[in-house]
Amino acid sequence: MLHLFIVTLLYFFGYQKQKDQLRGSRRTSRIVAFYGLTAPPYELDALEPYMSQKTLEIHWGKHHRAYVDNLNKQLANSPLYGLTLDELVKVAYNNGNPLPEFNNAAQVWNHNFFWESMQPDGGYMPAAGLLQQIEKDFGSFPNFREKFITTAMSLFGSGWVWLVLKKEEKKLAVVGASNAVNPLVWGDIPIITLDMWEHSYYLDYRNDRGKYVNAFMDSLVSWQSATARMARAEAFVNLGEPKIPVA
Amino acid sequence: MAFCALVSKKALGSALRSGAADLGSGLCQIRRLQTFSLPDLSYDYGALEPAISGEIMKIHHQKHHQAYITNYNKALEQLDEAIQKGDTSKVVGLQSAIKFNGGGHINHSIFWKNLAPTNEGGGEPPKGALGWAIDADFGSFEALVQKMSSEGAALQGSGWVWLALDKELKKVRIETTANQDPLVTKGLHLVPLLGIDVWEHAYYLQYKNVRPDYLKNIWKVINWKHASDAFDGEAA
Repeated sequence: MLHLFIVTLLYFFGYQKQKDQLRGSRRTSRIVAFYGLTAPPYELDALEPYMSQKTLEIHWGKHHRAYVDNLNKQLANSPLYGLTLDELVKVAYNNGNPLPEFNNAAQVWNHNFFWESMQPDGGYMPAAGLLQQIEKDFGSFPNFREKFITTAMSLFGSGWVWLVLKKEEKKLAVVGASNAVNPLVWGDIPIITLDMWEHSYYLDYRNDRGKYVNAFMDSLVSWQSATARMARAEAFVNLGEPKIPVA
Repeated sequence: MAFCALVSKKALGSALRSGAADLGSGLCQIRRLQTFSLPDLSYDYGALEPAISGEIMKIHHQKHHQAYITNYNKALEQLDEAIQKGDTSKVVGLQSAIKFNGGGHINHSIFWKNLAPTNEGGGEPPKGALGWAIDADFGSFEALVQKMSSEGAALQGSGWVWLALDKELKKVRIETTANQDPLVTKGLHLVPLLGIDVWEHAYYLQYKNVRPDYLKNIWKVINWKHASDAFDGEAA
């Protein structure tokens, strides 16, 4: 939501600037909207000791920032400017034949989502509706946890592991995807994600992926943010009548 | 009628251990499943500094490469079982694990031989047949280095960048493969002369996200002698 607001704001400022310039010159200027780097919703040391400040400084400050900068550079000369980030990811995926902008766009989206998928003092379990849905679609929360961890560990190479709400099947599912691919391209709704690219854990865990994935599940994942996403997702996917407790 | 069955080493179990290998005087063949082990480096972990840190070399060799070998052995065992049981879907299902872990073993075994400390010839450009082939197919040695570095930097995600000999066309060219796909997945007629690992684990501790710096520095420890020998061996 925040980055949508920023994009709109920048669009407005850009337009104002163009109007000012027009007064002085007769050239027609093109309005250019571009993407900004959204910050994690917590301090960079807030996820210690499970994800170090050093990791966040580099992961957010270098990797994420580079994706944003490179995307903006690409869009300067591309017909794909002016879309929301969600739209850009879907359009650039081009049904499996990705355009050059896809990698940067999807990685920007993925990292925005990743910071929001975590919180200080995270982990433990979801509550209420989300927990019920997980129990319904996976059998139990431990089943879901195991599925998520197994999927993460069996990814070959770089990729992301997602908890998604599948639009067609109307169920929650765990999916793993390579490189930058994210479930938006299949029309599904992401609920949480975990970055399994080596740069996400190497400084803190070296090659011990298992420890990293477990730390995410036990201490980092933000079920609060997942619940909010689930609530929003239910506006698009009819999961049936809500179970209203009888007094 | 002679009963002959192919049995795996595992199935024989205690029979082998007790030395009873001659079951029915040669009527039965014992097929031993080969297990792979970690090859040693011909240099110390710290010998490639400052191009590649000793810490990276140690973890890369003892943890990453070892893990590929361990998982490759495990997958081969499961494959052996599945073949004997005639479980086709299991056999097919194991292919991706074999490609990934077996590929990881092949690629890293080549990689260790592709590197040499500077005081043992690391970084010295190739002379002889490979040198001329590079000039012919790339224009100059510098052009090759530049092109290979930029292809390595542009590779999205994890993978390898290769200097390959095309046996059929008798030319050298640059190829990239994703994840741990070995070079043969790009063509059975391709021979790897040089491979550079661009997985993040190959450089992250030292270079962080600046893969281009890793690619700039690794040329100082590239073992061109090995690449030349591989070239001469095939192109003869």
